Amino acid sequence: MTAEPTSLYDIPGPRARVRHGLYGVIGSVLVLGLVAFVLYRLWLADQFAGTLWEWLQYQRVQVDLLRAIGETLRAFALAAVLALVFGAVFAAGRLSEHPLFRAPSVLVVEFFRAVPLVIMMFVFYYGLPTAGLKMTPFLAVVLGLTLYNGSVLAEVFRAGVLAMPHGQSEAAYALGMRKTQVMVSVLLPQALRAMLPSIVSQLVVLLKDTALGFIITYDELLYYMRSLGGQVAFHRPLIPVMIIGGGIYVVMCLLLSWLARYLESRNRRSGRRPAVPVPPELPEAA
Amino acid sequence: MNVLLGNLDLYGPGFLTTVELFGCAALGSLLLGTILAVLRVSPVPVLRAAGATYVTLLVNTPLTLLFLFFAFGFPILRILSLSPFWGAVCALTVYTSAFVCEAVRSGINTVSFGQTEASRAIGLTFGQTLANVVLPQALRSVVPPLMSQLIALLKNTTIAAGFSVVEAGAIQYYLSDRGENVLVGLLWVALFFVLLVVPLTLVQRGLERRWRVAR
Repeated sequence: MTAEPTSLYDIPGPRARVRHGLYGVIGSVLVLGLVAFVLYRLWLADQFAGTLWEWLQYQRVQVDLLRAIGETLRAFALAAVLALVFGAVFAAGRLSEHPLFRAPSVLVVEFFRAVPLVIMMFVFYYGLPTAGLKMTPFLAVVLGLTLYNGSVLAEVFRAGVLAMPHGQSEAAYALGMRKTQVMVSVLLPQALRAMLPSIVSQLVVLLKDTALGFIITYDELLYYMRSLGGQVAFHRPLIPVMIIGGGIYVVMCLLLSWLARYLESRNRRSGRRPAVPVPPELPEAA
Repeated sequence: MNVLLGNLDLYGPGFLTTVELFGCAALGSLLLGTILAVLRVSPVPVLRAAGATYVTLLVNTPLTLLFLFFAFGFPILRILSLSPFWGAVCALTVYTSAFVCEAVRSGINTVSFGQTEASRAIGLTFGQTLANVVLPQALRSVVPPLMSQLIALLKNTTIAAGFSVVEAGAIQYYLSDRGENVLVGLLWVALFFVLLVVPLTLVQRGLERRWRVAR
């Protein structure tokens, strides 16, 4: 691991290197000590006992685990597609020159960005039935995820289009293109490529947020982990289940990010680069 | 309106707990996040790697999983006994600090190498360089993204409702016990969040715009 050039400190000389080495040793001791302490407490609580890990061997558990992952991915896939569509529509609305389209789009996007996702899911799952609309947990999760992430994506798309240099649209207008043509054939293709990192990090957020379905009893991965972790037949293996399940979530999210990086590198190879490279923005911690 | 006025004893304390949760977790995650960011920009490779590992793991873990851990897994370790409130604060802090760390780090990295070189060339000491050149610029690019992370934290506090913390998100459980209209009650909760979040968003965007021009 090499450090990025930073203005915080000079390139270390021989004495500084010795001092940094010393910090490195102290740091490793502290980090390893912390890890060792946690492992020790886990061992004290008997969490490494074979009986607590037996559940991994059962075929029924494995099949159920795969089904739960499938449920998570099902909600993710549907919500991701819908959120992208929602985002595109409302970004177009916000970029429109007609106040009639712009005002409601601004309202909708700002509202759904401000309301916590959990509250939205509560509204759909507990609130709407009182108004006579039955909701399955799956629908409530997908709707909530779509509205929230769609609104965030709308902002991402809008920022991407606005970040294009003026020359691009001016040149297109000078060629005699119409508004829609300028947007669809000139601005969007470039903006999308530039915004890909932001879009994908928002999709990672969406994937993680499917776990909120746990609170409204949607039978996804986290929900299954909780019920598996409480089963007396397997001696309540909550901590082992969390270690494995957490690992599954991390791997899924990392795979998604890697997919994005792969697509990006393929773009680069084909020689088509975004006109303005936009630095990947960190998604909100939602 | 009746749902709100008839149940003010739920809404008041509920949102108070939300704000308390937010305050504690914000303080904790700013502290932990800054420490992590210092590790990540430090000249010591081991510390950088430790910070990077923490961030990668936490950024890719669902917050609900962390809540679940602090509610049911952590007590098994018998290190500390946490009330649901402090368990929620821990989960939020551990999670948000990873995002705070990234915001701070990327802000610091926007100050280019040439800035320090130039200030050294005109004879500023290390302290002067830091105080007059690097930090003012770093702060400008750190504060707006930091604020969006804190806004996200405020919204994330509602997850605690699923883990027996009586805050704004939990109001609806009590409303349905009292036989009130849950839909209307929930829409009031949503409205209050909009009222809390939108001014913060406006301030954040204003800062972003003003400081971007200033650079």
